[in-house]
Amino acid sequence: MSGAEFVPLSLPPLVIGVLAAVACALPGNFLVLRKQALIGDAISHVVLPGIVVAFLVTGAVSAWPMMIGAALAALVAVGLIEAIRRLGRIEPGAAMGVVFTAMFAGGVLLLEQSDTSSVHLDVEHALYGNLESLIWLDATGWQSLWDPVALAGLPDELLRMAITLLVVGLFTWVLWRPLKISTFDAGFAEAVGVPTGAVGLGLVVVSAIAAVAAFDAVGSIIVIAMFICPPAAARMMTNSLERQVVWSVVFAVLSAVLGYVFAGYGPLWFGAANAVSAAGMIATVLGVLLGLAAVFGPCRTRSGAPVA
Amino acid sequence: MFWQAVTLQLGYNATLVMLGAACLGVAAGVTGTFLFLRKRALVSDAISHATLPGVGLAFMLMVALGGDGRNLIGLLLGSAVSAGIGLLCVNWLTRRTRLAEDAAIGAVLSVFFGFGIVLLTVIQTMSSGRQAGLEGFLLGSTAGMLWSEAMVIALGGAVTLALVVALRRPMTLVAFDPEYAAATGRNVGQIDLAIMGLAMAVTVIGLKIVGLILIVAMLIIPPVTARFWTDRTDTMVVISGAAGGLAAYLGAAWSAVVPAMPTGPIIVLVSFAGFVASLLLAPNRGVLAAVLRHRRFQARVHLRQGLLALAQGQPIYERYTSRILQRAGLVSADGVATEAGRARAAKALLDEKRWEIVRADQAMEGAAALYDGMRALETVLTVDQIAEVDAKLAPPEALA
Repeated sequence: MSGAEFVPLSLPPLVIGVLAAVACALPGNFLVLRKQALIGDAISHVVLPGIVVAFLVTGAVSAWPMMIGAALAALVAVGLIEAIRRLGRIEPGAAMGVVFTAMFAGGVLLLEQSDTSSVHLDVEHALYGNLESLIWLDATGWQSLWDPVALAGLPDELLRMAITLLVVGLFTWVLWRPLKISTFDAGFAEAVGVPTGAVGLGLVVVSAIAAVAAFDAVGSIIVIAMFICPPAAARMMTNSLERQVVWSVVFAVLSAVLGYVFAGYGPLWFGAANAVSAAGMIATVLGVLLGLAAVFGPCRTRSGAPVA
Repeated sequence: MFWQAVTLQLGYNATLVMLGAACLGVAAGVTGTFLFLRKRALVSDAISHATLPGVGLAFMLMVALGGDGRNLIGLLLGSAVSAGIGLLCVNWLTRRTRLAEDAAIGAVLSVFFGFGIVLLTVIQTMSSGRQAGLEGFLLGSTAGMLWSEAMVIALGGAVTLALVVALRRPMTLVAFDPEYAAATGRNVGQIDLAIMGLAMAVTVIGLKIVGLILIVAMLIIPPVTARFWTDRTDTMVVISGAAGGLAAYLGAAWSAVVPAMPTGPIIVLVSFAGFVASLLLAPNRGVLAAVLRHRRFQARVHLRQGLLALAQGQPIYERYTSRILQRAGLVSADGVATEAGRARAAKALLDEKRWEIVRADQAMEGAAALYDGMRALETVLTVDQIAEVDAKLAPPEALA
């Protein structure tokens, strides 16, 4: 594989995939442990209407309005779920199901009704992502990595995803202790003065940021795989939170790289000419990793559970 | 135009779609009720996303065998198989590993969906043109639906419905009290599996109309809507079925008359509108009813406090209180108690004194627990008991 081909066509999507997977896996660790995994599901569905509304308001596909729109939609969804749960005394799972399906339907309807065919925003893109198309045309080879002119032509998504990962990483690092305590023993956390409510909300907000940033690269539904699978697989490997987070990052990176390589080059090995969906393949690899961890992982059963 | 659609005068194809959608809606609403009661509404999310790889594999298999890849029955069989595998994966992950059910659901739905997307991109490159219509399974499409396809959907809906009716007793029992159901010799695991199997059937049947991403809404929203109107399971099943059927029917009609209106999303949004209306307006559990109840309670508290103030000759500063007293004709506009007002005030004071005695008396503990500062004593104690209380009232002070 020559650098002249690899660097412009494959390096950016590969790096974006890795960044997205790690940015989602970090908050995912806490979501899975807190039994809030489906918050990731809800967020990634409601991102769509937020992005469509932002597009309709600004009339252009630009990053910041869309991220703001998506973040607002996520907050609206969290508020609605809470309101329905309290006002209607409905159990949280059902309240969540009502809200995210209705909001997703609204997003699809808006998308179909408005004329967005001229721009790069359609339902399939929203579901599949467009990782493959995030190419770096200004690059000519490995040496372009040191060429400021060429670097300016990097896809915007790369920078956005890098910043997102930085934010998510900082959040996890700075709030490590409060996050850990409030995840494992909310009562004790309250007692020692950790604002558990604020920590929980912060986790949701950071997850929303990661979901929004990863959305246009990998599509709304595969984001869910990135949130849940690496931490879930890591959970089977160890009993320590620190090691679980490290494992989840390893799994995230591994799946992004393997998934991208299989999607791009796998069909060639079988004699087919065209690549398959990279985002879909990353999710598939994540599923295989999770399956392997669930069958062979050293800590796969609940401690104390009977070994059947 | 919309009215024409609703009254089935919009031509053969639209009629077909609307009736098929209504069948599906009823089946989904009824089945969803048991999922909701069993608190497993979101398992349907995993089931529905897990149908995608089955659709893709079935298409590839049928093409490989030299047939038409778009045969609906073949595609639905494929989707049922992969949804079943997805369901087993959720069950296995939940039981055999330390993962909680929500993580298992999320992992299965996204991984199966991702794999399905991979298969769809393979199909796109495999046979250009012939895969047209497979995308319709994502969000549902009813344009150009065949009579045979509508029949499959309507029949499937009817069979599912019949099975739900046949299994409603054990399913209700398990939904409410699994331990009791197990104690009476029922196999809870199998009944749970039956509920899931029915949900899977509805999902598969609904793929063509609503699409796999939104079919879960048809299983979740109608039961939640129905829950506002009743506390009885059988009534809830009926209301949920009716809500689901009506939403699907109206949504399909709407999408038939408005261009570029995809069927799935509009059905979901009609259903959601019904949910919001129920949340606000339902008697007893609705928000409006709760607000009215609160207002009535507030008015009674203020009335009572106002009467006690009148009885003790204290001035009433609270504006709301005096407005209520005036409206009831107990106080004149200048704040002086009327004849009726004085009578009611004296009665309120007497009641309060009687309550004081009741609450101090160990023997009347049961009645004392009901004290809320508003209740008339006559509704709690018998005439004899009240006489007994009155006997303990402080004798009127002798006039000096």
